[in-house]
Amino acid sequence: MLDLSGVHSAYGPIEVLKDVTLAVREGEIVALIGANGAGKTTTLMAVSAIHKIKAGEILFNGRSIADAAPHEIVRLGISQVPEGRRIFPRMSVEENLEMGAYARNSDLEIRKDLEHVFQLFPILKERRRQLGGTLSGGEQQMLAIGRALMARPKLLLLDEPSLGLAPKIVSQIFSVIKNLNAEGVTILLVEQNAFAALKLAHRAYVLETGRVVLSGEAAGLLTNPQVRKSYLGIN
Amino acid sequence: MTQALVNGLTLGAVYALVALGYSMVYGILGMINFAHGEIYMLGAFHGILALAFAQHYLANFSPVVCLLGALVLAMLFCGGYGFTLERIAYRPLRHAPVLSPLISAIGMSFLLQNYVMVAQGSGIRGFPMEFGRRLTETRFSAFAGAEFSLLEVFILATSLLCMAGLHLYIYRSKMGKAMRATSQDRRMASLLGVDVDRVISATFIAGSALAAVAGVMVSMYVHAVKFNDGYIMGMKAFTAAVLGGIGNIPGAMLGGVLLGVVENIGIWFLGAGYKDAYSFIVLLLVLIVLPRGILGEQVSDKV
Ligand SMILES: Nc1ncnc2c1ncn2[C@@H]1O[C@H](COP(=O)(O)OP(=O)(O)OP(=O)(O)O)[C@@H](O)[C@H]1O
Ligand SMILES: [Mg+2]
Repeated sequence: MLDLSGVHSAYGPIEVLKDVTLAVREGEIVALIGANGAGKTTTLMAVSAIHKIKAGEILFNGRSIADAAPHEIVRLGISQVPEGRRIFPRMSVEENLEMGAYARNSDLEIRKDLEHVFQLFPILKERRRQLGGTLSGGEQQMLAIGRALMARPKLLLLDEPSLGLAPKIVSQIFSVIKNLNAEGVTILLVEQNAFAALKLAHRAYVLETGRVVLSGEAAGLLTNPQVRKSYLGIN
Repeated sequence: MTQALVNGLTLGAVYALVALGYSMVYGILGMINFAHGEIYMLGAFHGILALAFAQHYLANFSPVVCLLGALVLAMLFCGGYGFTLERIAYRPLRHAPVLSPLISAIGMSFLLQNYVMVAQGSGIRGFPMEFGRRLTETRFSAFAGAEFSLLEVFILATSLLCMAGLHLYIYRSKMGKAMRATSQDRRMASLLGVDVDRVISATFIAGSALAAVAGVMVSMYVHAVKFNDGYIMGMKAFTAAVLGGIGNIPGAMLGGVLLGVVENIGIWFLGAGYKDAYSFIVLLLVLIVLPRGILGEQVSDKV
């Protein structure tokens, strides 16, 4: 579904992605793990066409999207829940969700999906008139995911959804991700919480200073000594 | 005193219309469009030119229809000017250091002034008052000996209508919501499928159309316009925008009205000699107490 091959990317003179090749197949949950500054966010921003790549190819369903404009990407079926959630602070919860459906036209279906998001995260329904900026971190993360779902994505990119959240909220969010996948949404999950991510994902890639150093079945990586030492803190 | 209040409200409503353009552009691009005053001046000229045309060729149309037609035409033209201004003077500098678009804005301001001076002359251009006669000559006396004309009612009503329209546009329409989203987080808006370039264009068009309305109405109110009238109006409206909290829509409206009232009450107390200074003194005082303006950015909605 999503294929990155030989992707190079840089901020000015600083190379951040060096020959990154990875694939996400339809129906999968793929985890992308790595330390701070490894280039995970840059990878997702490249897929969303926010960050232009220097070399390589990004294909979505076989079609090159590397030269697309950012606002076209979501119309192809790729949504991103970005790092830091990026809720519109001075728009209400409901308006934030409406913005998620910006690329769509059918009001009727948008209303239906709004109800679906409210079912998924009942707290958002309670707070629908409240400004996004006044929500707690966990509520904001739910809103960020709900907003991305309002675009009806085929592929959902999640950038550190567990960051800064209490364990209870994290497990709630991870179970939502699992259910979404069961409903047919393909998922590329960036996480620093490698343990949780590897338990959830089918396959995973390990990024280290802009290079893919390991990849394979998530279950296999969980028992990989190198991964256990560097990313799980287990010897 | 009541008279000063009436005049102040009228002028203030107009300041508010122009201030909105500064605030909207600042909200989205974080830049001051210093050529915005010139758009106001162009609005006045286009309104007058349209009416001059009507004088010759549409003599048997009712003055009200001609006036409304001139307003709409001025809005269309200025919308076009605003759109073009952004495309040629600001968009190429979108990623340049902050001073570059500022310099470009000042340059465009001179360019537009000189363009009008060359095309229309450097003297004043009178407003064809036969279109406004009914408005200026119908007068009402209010309480406390104050008097106001139908024209003042018209200006106030039109301004309020425009502001209400803008409010609906920004809070109800899809493009309006996209404007608010873009001003709060441009990258996130584009991740959701918002074409940010289109939003920026729409912002310039909307702000410029409002300035055009102000231009036509003020030139009718003071019976004339001159190629450099945009400068002082631009400064006042910018002051109003800062006073209300720049980037903030209700702030621009409040700042404009407040400025108009303060200015006219200042004139009433202290005479007209320093009339342009009163507003700046108020601005200084407000900024000392509230550095972000009356409705500072974090309080309410920023566009
Ligand atoms: N806008 C930018 N300008 C310059 N350098 C940047 C920019 N954004 C990121 N970088 C650099 O690129 C590298 C990769 O950053 P990136 O944000 O992709 O890492 P990450 O894997 O997402 O890290 P984290 O886990 O901390 O979120 C880092 O060294 C970072 O300093
Ligand atoms: Mg990151």
